[in-house]
Amino acid sequence: MSEIILSAKDIQKSFHDPVDVKILSDITFEIKKGEFVSVIGKSGCGKSTLLYILSTMDTEYQGDLFINGQLMRNKKESELAIVRNQYIGFVFQFHYLLNEFNVIENVMLPGLKLNKYSREEVEHRAMEKLKMLGIANEAFKKANQLSGGQKQRVSIARSLINDPLIIMGDEPTGNLDNKNSLIVFDIFKELAEVYHQTLLIVTHDQSFAANTSRIIEMEDGRIIRQ
Amino acid sequence: MSNLLIKIAKELLLARWRQTLVAAIGVTFSISMFVTLLSFMNGLNDLLDGLILNRTAHVRIYNEVKPSKKQVINLSNQYKDGYNFINSIKSSSSRQSIYNTVAIFETLNNDPRILGYAPKINAQVFFTYGTLAITGSINGIEVAAESKLFSFKDYVTAGKAIDLKNVPNSIILGKGLAEKLMANIGDVVQINTTDGNLMPLKVVGVFQSGLKDLDLVQSYTSIATAQKLMGKSNNYLTDIQVKLKDINQAPKIAKEYALLFDCDAEDIQTANSQFETGSTVRTIISYAVGVVLLIVAGFGIFNILNMLIYEKMDTIAILKATGFSGMDVKKIFIYIALSIGIFGGLFGIIFGLGFSVIIDNIPFNTPSLPTIKTFPINYKSTYYIIGIIFSLVTTYMAGFFPARKASKIDPVTIIRGK
Repeated sequence: MSEIILSAKDIQKSFHDPVDVKILSDITFEIKKGEFVSVIGKSGCGKSTLLYILSTMDTEYQGDLFINGQLMRNKKESELAIVRNQYIGFVFQFHYLLNEFNVIENVMLPGLKLNKYSREEVEHRAMEKLKMLGIANEAFKKANQLSGGQKQRVSIARSLINDPLIIMGDEPTGNLDNKNSLIVFDIFKELAEVYHQTLLIVTHDQSFAANTSRIIEMEDGRIIRQ
Repeated sequence: MSNLLIKIAKELLLARWRQTLVAAIGVTFSISMFVTLLSFMNGLNDLLDGLILNRTAHVRIYNEVKPSKKQVINLSNQYKDGYNFINSIKSSSSRQSIYNTVAIFETLNNDPRILGYAPKINAQVFFTYGTLAITGSINGIEVAAESKLFSFKDYVTAGKAIDLKNVPNSIILGKGLAEKLMANIGDVVQINTTDGNLMPLKVVGVFQSGLKDLDLVQSYTSIATAQKLMGKSNNYLTDIQVKLKDINQAPKIAKEYALLFDCDAEDIQTANSQFETGSTVRTIISYAVGVVLLIVAGFGIFNILNMLIYEKMDTIAILKATGFSGMDVKKIFIYIALSIGIFGGLFGIIFGLGFSVIIDNIPFNTPSLPTIKTFPINYKSTYYIIGIIFSLVTTYMAGFFPARKASKIDPVTIIRGK
C-alpha cells in the first residue's frame, strides 16, 4: 500500500502577462496508492491550477511531475494524451457529457480510445460501472435526459472505465445539491475503501474534505498543511 | 481507432445535419455546375474543331508551286566557290502532281501509325451557266475513303455521295454554289478548266460544310473525272490526305514524309493553329469558373466547420481531457469536412450528368450545321474524376484550418471557464 502513484517535486507556475505573478511555488508532495486526498483552500489560492498541472493538461510550469514513475516533462502532446487516457480519470464540476451520444456510449468513449479491449468488452465493463453507481437503468438514454446528480454519476463512471491509477476531481460536488453531493461523496468513499481507488479531489467544501483520508491545504500558491 | 473517430465525426455531423446539408448542397451545386460547364464547353469545342479538323487531313502531302531551291548556277562546278546572286527568281511551271504515287501508297499502307489516306486532285475551274462564269474549285476524291476518314457523306445534304462514283461525269456542288448556278440534282453544269478544257458534269448532290465561304466555291467529283477534266493520265494526283491514329504525331510524321517523298507535307497543327488556341482559351475559362464555384463552396464549409467548433468547444475539451490527442481531434474535423466533400461531390457529378443529359436533349438546329440536332455535350469521364478530386481537395482545405484550430483548443481554458 505504499506504492507512489503521483509525485510532484518543487512545482512552480507564474503568469507573465501583463506582469509576473507567481501562482504556485514550491509544491512538493506525493500520493500513494489507495489514498483519498482532498485539496482545500480559498478561491484563487491555486488549487485548481495545481490540479490541471497534475492532470498533464497544463504543461507550462517549472519543476518535475512523475505519474506512475514516469517524468511528464518533455513528453509530446500525443504522449500526454495517452497518459491521461490510461492513468487518469476526471470528474469536473460540470459533467461534460456529449449530448450526441447516449449514456453508455459516453462512458465507453475513453475505453474505446484506449483500444485495449474489444468493443463488446468495453460495453460490458461500462455497464458494470453504471451498475456499481446505480444508474444502469439510464444506460440507453441520451445524456441530456438525465438529472444533474445522475449526469455526475455518469461522468464518474466514465472516469473509471479504464481502471485509472488516480481519479482527479475539480469541485465534483460544486454544482450539486446536498443530497446529490452526499451520494457523490459516498461513491468516492466506497471507491477508496472497497476498491482501493486513489483519488485526488479539489474542493472548497470543508465537510467533504473532513471525511477524506488526507487533506492538503493551500494558501497563496503554497501548501501550508498536508 | 479511426473507426471511433469516424463514429464521433458522424455523430457531430448528424447533430447539425441542417448546416451539413447546406454545406453539402453548396459542394453539389459547384461540382454539378463544374461538370456541366466543362462537358458543354468541350462539346462546343469538339463541334467547332470538328468543323475544320475532322475534314482536314492530319498530314497533307502535296507539291507546292515555288521556285526551285537548286538553281543551275549553284550546281555548276565553275561557280561553286563564289556566292551567286540571282535576281527575280520565278516559279517554273513544274507539275503540281505528286511523283511516284504508287511507292507513296505502299509506304503509307505499311506504316502502323496511319489510320488511312485519301488521294485528291485539286483544281481551279470556272463554272459556266448561260453567260455567267463563276470561279470555284473542284476536288477529285475517292468517295469511299473520303467518307470513311473525313465524314464526307454526312455533309451531303441532298442526293447521295456514292453517286459520285456510280454515275459517270457527275459532280456534287457546294450549297451556295448550287444556288448561284441555280442547279438542281439531275441538271448539267459546264466546267471550264484554266487550261481551256470544257466539260459538262451532271449534278448528283449538294453538300453543306457549315462554312459558307467554302460552300460558295467548292465542288466534288470523282478522281477519274477530275483527271479527265484536267487532261491528265490516271496517276495524276495533287494531294494525298493522311489521317493518323495519334494527331499529336502529325508534325513529326509530316517532316519525315517531306524528306522521304521529296515533296511538301503540312501537318494539321501548322495549318490550323488558330483552332487550337481557341479551344485552349475556352477550356481555361471553364476550368476557372468551376474552380471559383468550388472556392465559394469551400468558404461555406469553412464557415460551417468554424461554427461547429465554437458550438462543440465542450466536446473537444472533454475529448482531450479523457485522452484524445490534438491529432485525433483534427482528424475528426477533417473527416467531417471530407464526408461533406465526398457526398457533395458524388451528388454533384450525378446532377452534373443529369444537367448534361438535359442540355444534350435541347434541340439546336442551325442551317450551317446540318449534322447537329441538339446542343453538343462531351461526356468525357475525366471531367467527373476532376470534379470529385476538386471537391475532395477543396473540402480538405476548407476543413484543414478549422480542424487545426480545434486541435489547438486548450481544454483547461474551456473547463475552468465554467
